Amino acid sequence: MSTQRRAVRRPWVIATLALIALVIAAVVAIVAHRPDIALPPTLAQRQPDAARGAYVAVLGDCAFCHTKGGGQPFAGGLKLSTPIGAVYSSNITPDPETGIGNYSLEDFVRVMRFGVRPDGARLYPAMPYTAYARATDQDLQDLLAYLQSRVAPVHEASRTTDIPWPLNLRWPLALWNAEFHDPSRFKTDTSKDDQWNRGAYLVEGLAHCGTCHTPRGLFFEEKDVRGVTNLYLSGTKLDGGSPINLRGNEGDGLGRWSAGAIASLLQSGRNEQSAVTGSMADVVRHSTQYMTEHDVAAIAAYLKSLSPAPGERARFAANDTTTRTVMAGTERSPGGRIYMDSCAACHRLSGGGESLTFPTLAGNSTVLNSDPSSLVAVILNGARIPATDATPTGLAMPGFGWRYDDIDIAALATFIRTSWGNDATPVSARQVSQLRHELSLSRADR
Amino acid sequence: MATVSKPVDVVIVGFGWTGAIMAIELAQAGLNVLALERGEDAATVPNWAYPKVVDEIAQSARNGLLQNLSKTTVTIRHGKNERAVPYRQIGSFKPGTGVGGAGIHWSGVHSRVMPQELRLKSHITERYGAHFIPAGMTLQDWGVSFAELEPYFDRFEAVCGTSGKAGNIQGRMLEGGNPFEAPRSREFPLPPLTDPPTSALFAKATNELGYHPYPLPAANASRPYTNPYGCQLGPCNFCGFCSDYGCINYSKASPQTTILPALYRLPNFALRTHAHVLKVNTDNTGKVATGVTYVDAEGREVEQPASMVILAAFHLHNVRLMLSSGIGKPYDPDTGEGTVGRNFCYQLLNSVNLFFDQSVYINQFMGAGGVGQAIEDFYADNFDHGPQGFIGGGVIWGRQTGNGPVRGIPLPPGSPSWGSGWKAAVKENFLHAGRIEAQMSNMAYRGCFLDLDPTYRDAYGTPLLRMTLNWQDNDLRMSEFFGERLSQIGKAMGAKSMSGRVLKRGDNWDTRAYQSTHINGGTAMGADPKTSVVNKYLQSWDASNLFVLGANVFAHGIGYNPTGLVGALAYWSAANIRSAYLKSPGPLVHA
Repeated sequence: MSTQRRAVRRPWVIATLALIALVIAAVVAIVAHRPDIALPPTLAQRQPDAARGAYVAVLGDCAFCHTKGGGQPFAGGLKLSTPIGAVYSSNITPDPETGIGNYSLEDFVRVMRFGVRPDGARLYPAMPYTAYARATDQDLQDLLAYLQSRVAPVHEASRTTDIPWPLNLRWPLALWNAEFHDPSRFKTDTSKDDQWNRGAYLVEGLAHCGTCHTPRGLFFEEKDVRGVTNLYLSGTKLDGGSPINLRGNEGDGLGRWSAGAIASLLQSGRNEQSAVTGSMADVVRHSTQYMTEHDVAAIAAYLKSLSPAPGERARFAANDTTTRTVMAGTERSPGGRIYMDSCAACHRLSGGGESLTFPTLAGNSTVLNSDPSSLVAVILNGARIPATDATPTGLAMPGFGWRYDDIDIAALATFIRTSWGNDATPVSARQVSQLRHELSLSRADR
Repeated sequence: MATVSKPVDVVIVGFGWTGAIMAIELAQAGLNVLALERGEDAATVPNWAYPKVVDEIAQSARNGLLQNLSKTTVTIRHGKNERAVPYRQIGSFKPGTGVGGAGIHWSGVHSRVMPQELRLKSHITERYGAHFIPAGMTLQDWGVSFAELEPYFDRFEAVCGTSGKAGNIQGRMLEGGNPFEAPRSREFPLPPLTDPPTSALFAKATNELGYHPYPLPAANASRPYTNPYGCQLGPCNFCGFCSDYGCINYSKASPQTTILPALYRLPNFALRTHAHVLKVNTDNTGKVATGVTYVDAEGREVEQPASMVILAAFHLHNVRLMLSSGIGKPYDPDTGEGTVGRNFCYQLLNSVNLFFDQSVYINQFMGAGGVGQAIEDFYADNFDHGPQGFIGGGVIWGRQTGNGPVRGIPLPPGSPSWGSGWKAAVKENFLHAGRIEAQMSNMAYRGCFLDLDPTYRDAYGTPLLRMTLNWQDNDLRMSEFFGERLSQIGKAMGAKSMSGRVLKRGDNWDTRAYQSTHINGGTAMGADPKTSVVNKYLQSWDASNLFVLGANVFAHGIGYNPTGLVGALAYWSAANIRSAYLKSPGPLVHA
């Protein structure tokens, strides 16, 4: 009976075992697979241009992540928080032992396009190879030439991650890549002009805008890396801030911004509508301020072509009701009173700020963001417009987190989000409290 | 044994206005520049962030931004036969400290100089005869002309984003400006600030009296502004916290708001704070400065070699450093010989509070340091001094600088000084009181001078600077003349009562009450090395690689606030260092 039963079941057991073996074989195959980088033979004949590569490094904002505070340029060591623990950027100076001095072009392209190191180890997608994959072979070749010939070698071993076992196993990343990573190069859209294509190339690729601005899924994958859906660059929440929606929405997006306004923000950290906050200040400081006029204009033109993001979002229609109420001395709300005491000196009773100096709050995309994290973070900890070569001041706002409690700050943020024609959702004390906690953690990280 | 630091091209002692100006001008010329500052670093955020900095107790009562007098101070006496005693509490004048220096806590009144003032001795002699100069008054020309300095006044105003209205552009007189103004090359960078009530009443009254009111130039921005270095100012919101305070709003021009952001981007500039300079070192000929010696935060002596030394500290410290370094011949009041310490001058300030009836709202809680209307009908030699019998003059203004309970609420004469009566008087008057003032030039006298105190030393063991100064008959008669004008204007403004302080004959310099921080002279500039310490380019006559900046180079007092002239002289000196000295180091003027 038992024999019989075994006999009956055997095909299922075999099938199950075969399936498991197949899955294991597939996983092993995926994990062991060393991506074929398929470089065109003409590339070997091309003379790499290190000077051009220096500019590619600017476009990719390599220096910021690969240099820790007070450290040698490109020697790595900057702590990058991820949901599963911190990783540290690697040494990409030409030191042969601890840096990338021994990298061949193939090695480098495999890292940049597939996230696979010469030793076969997978990189965490904290390194945006997910975007760098779009870069042209020439750009990558020049970038390597720059890093290997113009950067001073620093002998400094890269730090291991703080990620605990078993999450620190790197082989499952191969499966993540197989599911979510698109290693293909940028494809020119022949229906669009050169400027649009240059903008798309930069935004999707080297400038890796989606890394912060595109919402992520359950496995921390960007929901769209090729700009095919209207979720692409539609804003998200990250590191105690909320990178804004870069699509064409009139309220929280760039719908009311001219292409020139976008370019001006990238060049100097502020424009007539807004000012950058959080990590975007570092992007302006290290990367976008050094981009050519041509490239910032291309990025602006591409972003202006994006349709509005879906969903119910904040609106803005300028009106002076709030201004008249505060001028008449009849604004009695707690948020309004705090605004008049602590904010109006710079941002003015009109909420309009002062041109290119104190950011306007009326119609400001950061204020109107579906997720108020960036606004609340600015109120709590203050902010500084990045100092650039052309605009060296770095105008700063002090933090008010020490002065007001969560209820006050929620009332203030709500007042700002619903005044002067701003029409965004209210902010709760719980949201403020949660953000305070997140920000204190990310501060301790630094 | 001092540690020897790596040599630099230029070492700058003190990092306030003049240090910052010289640092950026010489660093932009490619020199390796090091600034040494005894105090702390500071910036708008976090140091002057709202609301912590606008604390009347911390700043106005406890002098949070001023020099720590327990470490180093001066001694003071009224005459050369008295024993000087140390200035232990901030009173008559307010030396700053730290990065930005007195440029942090100043008001922002930003005037130039009257051309006559730079050659007052010649001017008085020409108009009234040499006999008009009283015995003992050591007037002398400055060796530089207004025309030479004009581009640098213009430059400093462009850097500060000064708000004002021109009265005279290249000889063309303009409505609404100061009709006594010396020719300017162009309009002010920003339009005047809006007049607060005191200023509006002052303008109306003085106009009716036949005087010529104009908007006082203010280094408080009336609009958003970007200066030639790319540094940005935000418009003033009239919060009323300028003098004694750092500006919360990027509105008041300071080294921090106008120069440092651009300077700090230059890789050939370095700053060391907590570096207290003890002396300028010279070689064995005494004719070449070789650098400076300073004490660092840990109390270690450090020798800093440099090819050029710039003294850019506050007045007191520049003069003291010259004396304690033994550069130049100290002034001797008995023989009149020697130059270092000679022609030490001050400034006189008469201040009158006006009390209006309940229908006149002054709202003195708001204001700005530099905002106001002023008249110059009695400035310098804009009026006939013949019948008056004194030399000098001043500016009369109706400013509204902001006031609050700790800074002292003025009350009409006869009001109770405490208790419920005082409270009732405060309630009745606070919104309805204003102030007008006359700021007058103090001339130079043989018996007013600076030297090293024979008794007192500072925390570093260096003798304190000793001030010997008192008001003289000429100054007090001038003050009485201005007291009458103030009273006339106050009445015309409609004040129902007045109180205040007008210096009169018989008054001595009272060091306890605030008078003015505009001390000047002591290392005069001039054309004659027998009566001046530096030449017209602010270069030491004794060591040609040493330049001395600051109000200490004034040959005698002026009626205006000195910062505009101090800044312009620093730019003038820097421009000449760049165009002439660097090409051929050595004396720019041969004595």
